[in-house]
Amino acid sequence: MSGAHAVSALGAVRGVGAAAMVAQVVVVIGGAPLLTGLMRQVRARMEGRAGAGIAQPWRDVRKLMRKEPITPVRTGPAFRAAPLLLVVTAGVIAALVPLVSTATPVSGSADLILVVAVLALGTVSLALAGLDTGTAFGGMGASREMTVIALVEPTILLSVFALSIPAGSTNLPAIVAGAEHHPGRLASPAGALAAVALAVVVLAETGRLPVDNPATHLELTMVHEAMVLEYSGPDLALVELGSQMRLTVLLGLLASLFAPWGIATGASVGAACLGLLLLAVKVAVLGVLLAAAEVFWAKLRLFRVPELLAGSFLLALLAVTASYFLTGEGSR
Amino acid sequence: MNLLRKIRSTGRVAEPAPPRPTDAPPAAARELRGSAQVRHVDAGSCNGCEIEIGMAFGPVHDAERYGARLVASPRHADVLLVTGPVTRNMAEPLRRTVAAAAEPRLVVAVGDCALNCGEFAGGYGVEGAVGDVVPVDVEVRGCPPAPERIVAALRTVTGR
Repeated sequence: MSGAHAVSALGAVRGVGAAAMVAQVVVVIGGAPLLTGLMRQVRARMEGRAGAGIAQPWRDVRKLMRKEPITPVRTGPAFRAAPLLLVVTAGVIAALVPLVSTATPVSGSADLILVVAVLALGTVSLALAGLDTGTAFGGMGASREMTVIALVEPTILLSVFALSIPAGSTNLPAIVAGAEHHPGRLASPAGALAAVALAVVVLAETGRLPVDNPATHLELTMVHEAMVLEYSGPDLALVELGSQMRLTVLLGLLASLFAPWGIATGASVGAACLGLLLLAVKVAVLGVLLAAAEVFWAKLRLFRVPELLAGSFLLALLAVTASYFLTGEGSR
Repeated sequence: MNLLRKIRSTGRVAEPAPPRPTDAPPAAARELRGSAQVRHVDAGSCNGCEIEIGMAFGPVHDAERYGARLVASPRHADVLLVTGPVTRNMAEPLRRTVAAAAEPRLVVAVGDCALNCGEFAGGYGVEGAVGDVVPVDVEVRGCPPAPERIVAALRTVTGR
């Protein structure tokens, strides 16, 4: 009898965890265009404009989905596969990263290194697609994107390592659950340094100011946009949705790592619902802050970008060092 | 902080939205449903129309609130905003640009030059009006057309 109870309890745990994971993916897919719309709206209001409303990116996606698909001549499988790969990798990261709950069926595999690798897979597939078009701007965008990613990936790894040393694991749910139970870990100098380093690389990875201007029309200043110049119709819809999902997931990861309060650690439905609500609030707040900050920033000259990213890498390195010594690992 | 104070003291610059234009939208525009990516093509304009297009997308007229957005590539575009009399050197690039845009697509001819070559009619470098080179769906008159007219034309396309 008690065995049957234990089995059904275990089933309930699995059920809530799986529901939380599905909710994460659904909320990221549904909310990503709304986040972009919200950020454009904040920017519009600060510029004195009225703005198109936060649902505009969804209208764009709906329209693009109904348009004629075009495959430019002499493009190969890399060009055709990239949009889908970008969305799928963003979806996989949305499932892996502990945004709503740390007790999902995949939380055992949600390793930091896996997440960074899947993120890189999406970036590299888009860079290959940019090269595949054979246009000057596609190749230029791809080369710039690879330069940026070469500096970004190690910083993401290092800054999260600073948090994984006190947790004793590179498993993201373990880091988040640990930080939720011991908030003191985040208030340390290592936590602050890692937060700044990760925030800078999230800006670089998602192509925001000051690294890349998402609203630019000048091909010579483009990074992300230059790679996707040849996409149209449903493919473009996927590319846009994919990049919006990446921004949402990375802002969500930033929120989960440095403001983990409210993320469900158990199998309670109420906690998962609260986690979902808080996720939406946290990501919206981060998005509004980012959009407002972007009004004050100018894009950095491309050759200055490595300096910014090297600075953020240095902060991440300092965070790891501080974390190593301050948690007593060094004195063992 | 200066900029922040400026933003707060300036407030909203956008003028209240004028009533929706009553012109019947072209057939292709019905499928766009409130969203139109716009690519501007200068086929030989004197840049007068460009200044007005810039005004139409500026804070005062804010064409973006009706769902129109300027994009960098004809592959992303639903609407091609063509200005100027089409010069001999721009005739083929204009045809290719229109061919590069995915269906449903619309061509909006902006300014008197684009409609009938205007001041430049009969010039040795002029191939003809935009309508002689590619099919035109919406026409915006004026030399240069007022931003309100450009915004009204874009609103008939987006339907907002």
